[in-house]
Amino acid sequence: MAADDRAGTAPLDGNAVAGLLREVFACEMTVAIITCSGCGTSGPAGAIRVFGGAMGAIFRCATCDTAVLRVARTPRGVWLDLRGARSVVVPNSR
Amino acid sequence: MPATEPVAQPGPLRWRTVEVIEAIAETPRVKSLVLRAPEWPGHRAGQHVDVRLTGEDGYQAQRSYSLASAPEAAHLAITVERVDDGEVSPYLAEEVRPGDRFELRGPIGGYFVWTVGMGGPLFLIAGGSGIAPLMAMVRHRAVTRSSAPARLIYSSRTADDIIYRGELERLAASESGLEVTHTLTRSRPPGWRGETRRIDRAMLTSAGFPPSLRPRAFVCGPTGLVETAARALLEIGHAPNLIKTERFGPTGR
Repeated sequence: MAADDRAGTAPLDGNAVAGLLREVFACEMTVAIITCSGCGTSGPAGAIRVFGGAMGAIFRCATCDTAVLRVARTPRGVWLDLRGARSVVVPNSR
Repeated sequence: MPATEPVAQPGPLRWRTVEVIEAIAETPRVKSLVLRAPEWPGHRAGQHVDVRLTGEDGYQAQRSYSLASAPEAAHLAITVERVDDGEVSPYLAEEVRPGDRFELRGPIGGYFVWTVGMGGPLFLIAGGSGIAPLMAMVRHRAVTRSSAPARLIYSSRTADDIIYRGELERLAASESGLEVTHTLTRSRPPGWRGETRRIDRAMLTSAGFPPSLRPRAFVCGPTGLVETAARALLEIGHAPNLIKTERFGPTGR
């Protein structure tokens, strides 16, 4: 939407859309460990390269470029596609 | 987990109205806003907030800003760089006055976070307004009188663009174990003693900590700077799990 919110083609990281994910998940998701279904690489969501911005974003695996997580704000609600993630592990809250 | 580890904040985030107490001009393009946030649940250094502005016609614009204030501070502070074609930052960096109100939700993020209980050394690498979340760490470290050694490498375009310059000088001069290296990428003023090039492997080696000390590295700035610095840190031999990054878009956050 805003020029402020456009990331162009340069990657951001998972931190940039953490607020949007908090509309879906009841816990902080940047520390969740996501495993890529394409190559099995895993790491915290906050470290994954993200293309997009606060209105919608694609998390792409740094190793194989699989879209591990896609999230967007739509008129119907927040749309989430996790087919590129083999698993998502949310650490126990402290 | 150490006692200083923060409270988890489960459940949905809610938007809350905050009031501007003070707008501090940091540089010609950057302002810090000190905010009164009633019933703020607390935050950790490195976390950010979403800011939402609503126009008279109901149109809303939203943007993320790192918290620059220490968790211990009485009020929240965000630091805003004016992006000329932006929707949110021109208002926050130009128009906003004490007494103005807007909406904010947070704190957000748990990955790019440092608490004094995590220990050091603390190795901070910033570009431009990417200093903001790192400043929260510097302030948190100072307020808690942490003995963790800390080194900051901070890249700005010109000397006039250095954010928090006076406060960083005071903290570095206080012999508290904080060392600050400035580098300028566009100009070298007369008498400048800092570096004058983009952050590179040589600078990260000479002004940083060696990998053997296992410093916790936090890199925040434009994507190009973050990728260059993170790659160089790996080449020097820093452990991947001790390097945390936060990238801004090309327009700055």
